[in-house]
Amino acid sequence: MSGRKVAMVGAGMTKFMHRALETPKELAWLAAKSALDSAVMNLNQIDCVVLGTAPDAFDGVHMKGEYLSDGCGGWKKPYLRCYVGGGTGVYAMAQAWFHVASGLFDTALVVCEEKMSSCLPHPQAAFLTIFDHITEQPLKPNLLWIFALEQNRYMQTYGIGLEDIARVSVKNKRNALDHPAAQLGANLTVKDVLASEVMAWPVHRLMVSPTSDGAAAVVLAGEEIARRLSDRPVWIQGVGWCLDTAYWTNRDLAYPEYVEKAAWTAYRMAGIREPRKEINIAEPYDPFAYKELHHLEGLQLAPKGQAPKLLADGVFERNGDLPVTPSGGLLGVGNPIAAAGLMKICELFWQLRGEAGPRQVPGKPERGVAQAWGDLMQVGTVVVMGTKEPA
Amino acid sequence: MPDGVAIIGVGFTSLQPSTPHLSFKELMFEAAQKAYLDAGVQSNEIDSFVTCAEDLNEGLSIFDEYTPDQLGAVQKPMHTLTQDGLHGIADALMQIRSGIAELVVVEAHSKASNVKTPEWLLDYALDPIYNRPLGFNPHAVAGLEMNVFLHETGIRAEHCAQVAAKNRRNALRNPVAAYPLALTPMHVESSPYVAYPLREAEIAERADGCVVVVLANEARAQSSQSKAAWIYGVGFANDSATLESRDWVRAEYVRIAAERAYRQASIQNPREIRLFEVDDTYAYKELQHLIALGLYCEGAEAGRSLETGETKPDGKIPVNVSGGALGMGLPLEASGLYRVVELVLQLRGQASARQLADVRLGLAQSWRGVPTTSGAVVILGTEQPK
Amino acid sequence: MKSQPEANLVRGTPLDEKALKRGKTFSVIYEPRLRYGWDTGQAISRYLAELKEGRLIARSCRKCERIMIPPRMFCERCFRPTDKWAYVKDTGKIFTFSLCYVSWDVRRLKQPEIPAVIEIDGASPGMGILHVVKKIAPRKVRIGMAVRAVWKPKAKRIGSVTDIAYWEPIKN
Repeated sequence: MSGRKVAMVGAGMTKFMHRALETPKELAWLAAKSALDSAVMNLNQIDCVVLGTAPDAFDGVHMKGEYLSDGCGGWKKPYLRCYVGGGTGVYAMAQAWFHVASGLFDTALVVCEEKMSSCLPHPQAAFLTIFDHITEQPLKPNLLWIFALEQNRYMQTYGIGLEDIARVSVKNKRNALDHPAAQLGANLTVKDVLASEVMAWPVHRLMVSPTSDGAAAVVLAGEEIARRLSDRPVWIQGVGWCLDTAYWTNRDLAYPEYVEKAAWTAYRMAGIREPRKEINIAEPYDPFAYKELHHLEGLQLAPKGQAPKLLADGVFERNGDLPVTPSGGLLGVGNPIAAAGLMKICELFWQLRGEAGPRQVPGKPERGVAQAWGDLMQVGTVVVMGTKEPA
Repeated sequence: MPDGVAIIGVGFTSLQPSTPHLSFKELMFEAAQKAYLDAGVQSNEIDSFVTCAEDLNEGLSIFDEYTPDQLGAVQKPMHTLTQDGLHGIADALMQIRSGIAELVVVEAHSKASNVKTPEWLLDYALDPIYNRPLGFNPHAVAGLEMNVFLHETGIRAEHCAQVAAKNRRNALRNPVAAYPLALTPMHVESSPYVAYPLREAEIAERADGCVVVVLANEARAQSSQSKAAWIYGVGFANDSATLESRDWVRAEYVRIAAERAYRQASIQNPREIRLFEVDDTYAYKELQHLIALGLYCEGAEAGRSLETGETKPDGKIPVNVSGGALGMGLPLEASGLYRVVELVLQLRGQASARQLADVRLGLAQSWRGVPTTSGAVVILGTEQPK
Repeated sequence: MKSQPEANLVRGTPLDEKALKRGKTFSVIYEPRLRYGWDTGQAISRYLAELKEGRLIARSCRKCERIMIPPRMFCERCFRPTDKWAYVKDTGKIFTFSLCYVSWDVRRLKQPEIPAVIEIDGASPGMGILHVVKKIAPRKVRIGMAVRAVWKPKAKRIGSVTDIAYWEPIKN
């Protein structure tokens, strides 16, 4: 890995809520301030600000990045907003990483915010506009369609059953009971999940993450500064991102190639050859329950079609061989799109420093991978973080 | 500046008021093909791609979904910035310097002609609680700023009219421009007010177009077939997000961005730079931006320069030789990249009727339009910086 | 060691829907007045024109030999212009499907919509389009099922993907 080494020195987030009183600016501010406080820094020590936030259609403001800039600390500072749909939360880390690794900036504040509840009558309706305006929108598709189509293909291709998928909801919602910011922590059984109404077969309601309001923020610093600011910085060892074709109906959705490619870019940078052995914790993106399994396979942490078996065997529990989504994920903590991805980064930060309290995975984990997904089943964004400084 | 980064290829379509025969994908494919040919690269050699776009300018959410295919970026690293193309150039430079990429493509386009309600779109960018309920035309934000800017600096309305006339005339020699016109200041000053003291003829009209730029690291740039345009400095910055707390006179976002770019370029005096392509979405903005770039002191000096013709193509510091946004058209997020195109052509000696003599350094600056205080600066030069 | 995030430091004020409806919180309602007229360009203009005529059309690339639908003027794999127009059939196979009980604006539906990706006969393998299936009991839909387009009457076709009203199973 060439370029300057970069570490994470602070993290903060707001509660994830179905509807927040706070405005988008206030949500961004709360998370940003919380991250700065955790790093014992003030805004003057921040050289640049990177914002990640998903469709403007939710918050109801065009050029939402400019609108949010003051809440994020982007006043009289280099500031920009990066965007890859749902992949944004983890991608924003990569964006900020190269801000600092390039040598142009010494410190960066990354803020991810989403206020979906502003959209009436329901935020779900705004997703109509992500489909192709000519070839798809006239059919009045909704977001459930594309996930259900993919889940069906995944299940059919590998002979996966609904119980396998329901187990993800059970694990993540239970994990979320230990997360102070969580919107939907719950003790459920597989039976409960399958008893919830079918939204779009084969997707049941308890397999879907909610729309949410919330924000998260982290502080990055170049190596010399990171060592000065923190006695336990968490190093960014690898980043990768990959965008597949817009023609999603021309692809087999059973396997996320875009996640695999992004993952190998990050793993190569981190010097990882056997991800399943060298990664200690994984936080894959889980907007729908089956997606966690789908992404684990793309991340090379389970052979194709085998993630459900490993889950059933307990491998992915917090005390299992490879803890997956100890945070509670999108299914349990909530899904304010970009903020959810960054929340997973925050989780790795706390886990790798032994600060995750009741969520802490045992065994002093050294290395974790966070992944987000976005667009029309198209983009994979991956970050590998660890306690050891990169070579 | 360590580790040189250069632009080794540009591809662009001419700016037009509308492009009914081509979808945005087809526009992008055209510009990309031209850019890769110019750079002497195959699409599969490119390591990373950046698109500069706003969802609501396109009318599609998560616009990056629709960008990879026509750029040859399928299953490659690609992301969107909701910023001007010059921010994209800064992004590409940072990727190259970090070592993660050797060749990066930056794209931006405009299909402004497809937005049937442009003023309502700008309204949608205003603060929903403090500003929109007042129901004013968003151009009024520029009117407010122009009024206090003239008042504080002593620059006169007729100076702004001269900017509009200069840029429309400059566009006559630019085959890419959408709105060339032999306009006189008198014509400008008799056009109706849109938001006093801002006149209709001082507002750049939107245009459709696409630019694709190929950036390379030092090794690739040195072996490139076309004359590399080296990046001496980049800067970008935001000032206040709200109307209520902003500096209405100074373009602080440009001052901060320019300071960073000048420092990287080791430029002590901006007048070392041969030509300037700056934002003139509203005619007065050109003057406000020139002051923020450090070319003029605060005060009336920038206005008086129009009386001496200093910023004309044959003047000491030519500004908007391309015609600027007033003359070329305003292609939304692609505005900064069309300015980069002008710089690259001038640096290569390919600017035909517009070609200036002895061009070694050029500066491009962008602003994101009302109601933002966001901008970027890029400095390019013919020789590799030491 | 402190547990992060610290519970008392995690901020945010959840609002309940009732409070909002009863006006206990100030809110500003705004309806965006945004209209777009998208240029469909070379490829999709022809696609829509052919749909109006009751036909499906694709584009081919002679380098990778794919026949692509929806048609495009550039091959995204070879990065070169595509070469020819090619009519394809209005029959196909279900590549994947769902039974959706929620409309796009979140209303509950008694009878599910059946969205599907339909692999079009005559195009390259895996070339699918999004559409809806009807005239079949939901529990009988299968991946791999053969289907045919049911066109709207000519007078009602406008040059839209909805000129195909729906797809129905081909009975043997």
